[in-house]
Amino acid sequence: MARYLLTRAWQSALTLLLSTIVVFVGVRALPGDPALALAGEDRSPEALEAIRRHYGLDQPLPVQFAQYVERMAQGDFGVSIRTGTPVSSMLTTALPVTVELSVLAILIAAALGVGAGVLAAVRRGRPAEWLANGLALIGLSVPHFWLGLLAILYLSVATGLFPASGFVPILEDPVDNLHHIVLPAVILGTGLAAIIMRQTRSAMLDSLSSDYVRTAKAKGLRPRAVITRHALRNSLIVVVTVVGLQLGGLISGAVVTEQIFGLPGFGKMTIDAVFQRDYPVIQAVVLLTAAAYIVINFFVDLLYSVIDPRIRVTGDPA
Amino acid sequence: MTTASAPVLEIRDLSVSFPTETGTVSAVDGVSLDLAAGEIVGMVGESGCGKSVTAMSLAGLLPGSARVTGSVRLDGTQLVGARESALRRVRGREIAYIFQEPMTSLNPVLTVGRQIGEVLQVHERMSRRAARARAMELLTLVGIPSAAQRVDNYPHQLSGGMRQRVMIAMAVACGPKVLVADEPTTALDVTVQAGILQVLRDLRDRLGTSVLIITHDLSAVEYLADDIAVMYLGQLVETGSRERIFARPAHPYTQALLSAAPVADPVRQRHRQPVLLGDDLPSALDPPSGCRFRTRCPLAFDRCATEVPAQTAIGDGMAACHLVRPDGTGPDVRTADPSEVLS
Amino acid sequence: MSVLTVPMAETGTASITRRTRVLRRLRRNPLAVVSFVVLALAGVIALLSPWLAPYSVDQTDFARTFAPPGTAGHLLGTDDLGRDVLSRIMLGARASLQVGLLAVATSLVIGVPLGLAAGYFRAWDAVISRFTDLLLAFPFLIMAVGLAAIRGASLGNAAVAIGIAQIPGVIRVVRSDTLRLKSLDFVAAAVVDGASDLWVLARHILPNATSVILVQATVAIPAAILGEAVLSFLGLGIQPPAPSLGTMLATAQQFAARAPWAAVLPGVVIMGLALAFNVFGDALRDALDPKGDRR
Repeated sequence: MARYLLTRAWQSALTLLLSTIVVFVGVRALPGDPALALAGEDRSPEALEAIRRHYGLDQPLPVQFAQYVERMAQGDFGVSIRTGTPVSSMLTTALPVTVELSVLAILIAAALGVGAGVLAAVRRGRPAEWLANGLALIGLSVPHFWLGLLAILYLSVATGLFPASGFVPILEDPVDNLHHIVLPAVILGTGLAAIIMRQTRSAMLDSLSSDYVRTAKAKGLRPRAVITRHALRNSLIVVVTVVGLQLGGLISGAVVTEQIFGLPGFGKMTIDAVFQRDYPVIQAVVLLTAAAYIVINFFVDLLYSVIDPRIRVTGDPA
Repeated sequence: MTTASAPVLEIRDLSVSFPTETGTVSAVDGVSLDLAAGEIVGMVGESGCGKSVTAMSLAGLLPGSARVTGSVRLDGTQLVGARESALRRVRGREIAYIFQEPMTSLNPVLTVGRQIGEVLQVHERMSRRAARARAMELLTLVGIPSAAQRVDNYPHQLSGGMRQRVMIAMAVACGPKVLVADEPTTALDVTVQAGILQVLRDLRDRLGTSVLIITHDLSAVEYLADDIAVMYLGQLVETGSRERIFARPAHPYTQALLSAAPVADPVRQRHRQPVLLGDDLPSALDPPSGCRFRTRCPLAFDRCATEVPAQTAIGDGMAACHLVRPDGTGPDVRTADPSEVLS
Repeated sequence: MSVLTVPMAETGTASITRRTRVLRRLRRNPLAVVSFVVLALAGVIALLSPWLAPYSVDQTDFARTFAPPGTAGHLLGTDDLGRDVLSRIMLGARASLQVGLLAVATSLVIGVPLGLAAGYFRAWDAVISRFTDLLLAFPFLIMAVGLAAIRGASLGNAAVAIGIAQIPGVIRVVRSDTLRLKSLDFVAAAVVDGASDLWVLARHILPNATSVILVQATVAIPAAILGEAVLSFLGLGIQPPAPSLGTMLATAQQFAARAPWAAVLPGVVIMGLALAFNVFGDALRDALDPKGDRR
């Protein structure tokens, strides 16, 4: 266990360092003078000089990198060129929206995907399997932002059941908050649900034909106990891995979903920044996404070891 | 094979077939067998001959596509065609199984204590705590040292032999009347095989459990079984007591099987001449007419192709071959040619 | 005993080659046939769209903006600038397929050699898996955002961002298949015969890994098509006035109140293309599965 965790921690740290270097190099590759990009409105020579000194742009590259890492670690992502507010404070308002949206979407996707996947595997060759498989294929093939568009046009605008756009912080009014976020979360969750469903189904088919499920049946267990306690528990190991790997897709999906539903999150901030060439914001977004992905996957690995005793006890993955 | 008391397990004319794209595969055809209380019967035959299907069919463990006919009575209760809920009450409590691969037959994510206790929780309505305590006793019973620690181990922390002992502990947890052991030693190292067989015999002696052991390992049945049933392509070709089968095998197939197995006695081993059955086992999709063994039998003659051999009674058992004489003696595949035997 | 325990003979398909068996399985699967026909049709239309399209994609008609579908002369109606929707959908689908193929080609060109190396040379495995982790940390949209910031948004950049994001998937499947093939006897025999590593990889492993690469490509193309739609919708992909299904949807969102129908068709076409690829990919995987059909 300890060895496994140490290895994973070391690998994650290395990946984090590498991705920081990539972003650092990427920032240098931006067109024009980085000082100009960082300067915002005040572009007088004195201001530029101050920025060069502040950001160490007059230092050799390795020194610059060290200073860069130090600043990032302190949460100093610079100042938005467009609004002049510190990027870190923009993030503190935007991130909770995205996190809430993503967590809700994952929950919806896991419930739908695992449920449908188990159903399809257990009802093999029956209409329920065909229906679940067909829906999963459509879920994989449908552009979610388009589903979102249709949902706004034909659900929100036409019936008024859901607000078409906007957001209310959860602390202000939890009910209204949910009302605003549930439709985007469902839309974002469907694609992930399709992927989870297919993986669950295939893992369940494997475990349902395994020897230990035969043993469980021979013990006289009820089908429900065989499926949940024996087959599903083993299949969940696969599902957890899939969710971890799909996190990147989820982040991409969240950006689009926020854009469509006008949620003031991380995604909207990103797209706005691209069009306004707000480089400090873009840089922070890219770096933070990578860091979030790496850190979350480290925790997925931890979870993995909780579910799978083979890893927990000996440190050898299955 | 009949004993004074009524048999615990009475199999009559059991047949199993599977529909496939290319036709119906008859995996088991007309098997009849009795298992008395406290008796150990060994069922032997090549891989693919239908022994495991027979074993699985007893408690209705075959996939839904299998068609099972005939009769299987466990202490008088008919199991063929019984409702799934009734079968569930029987499985694990009255008839329990041990499988070939202790590696994959145990659930990797549950402790062995949980897996043994699960049977007791289901059938004996024990609490989880009581089931765990009983699991510990059972582990000791099957010869696992320091059961108090082992009970919380996961399967991957145990050796192959220990895992198979766990399987046995799980199987005997509810004191079943019949234990079906499907190739219990095949996947294990030779050195631990004897230990597992010893445990099975001990359990029979101490708990009075009847055991149906299915194997292609003749030395296992020689060590363990009271009676032996020989299976070929879904049919029983010979049954009888262990002593009789090993001393005077009547059916040519039994003789071939025995001649191929190594014998521990070097003097006997040196004088043996194995009978080689060149061809592969024919397909159960389209079994040979008449006697199913005729395509590989060194003694086959014209009648074998046209007429299904009747079962000739030999003591408590039987042999199904045209060449077996009414007195129960059979031909000798190593020396005889059919014309000579018949005259 | 050993003379007796011969496994049952395989029932007769040994003479038929693998390829004909796979093709036969595909032909027998109605879903595979339908999806293949849809893809072939889409391919032909995409190739010929510059000639097939009834109007030029840039031809505006301000007298007839937002004509609904079924209008005389404009089968699928017109958009906000009075341009013919049918023509734009045909050329948009062409762009979608272009990006799909370009992205997958990018991911294969980089991913296949890396996957082979990771599976074949133990020493490279750790390095390449760190590289994979690194790529995974940048989701395609974030990659596209970065690329757009550095080089500006374009069809090419969208394809590259999607392609790079698909590299880890390619590496994973090629690596695991290489590991599997490496352990097989014929590879060991070639190594014993003194074949060089490159020779073994090129002549023995790569040809046998083509089926997993093919399956990976058929699932990657629809993902890339969806990715292009997303990027173009956000303005990070194909730039107006060039036609793209994604930008058509972005326009439709702007004018949803006046022409709600405009949001439907481009999405249906994207979904149809992706669905056809996904269905065909599933059928192909089943047909290639030596264990028989899993569905």
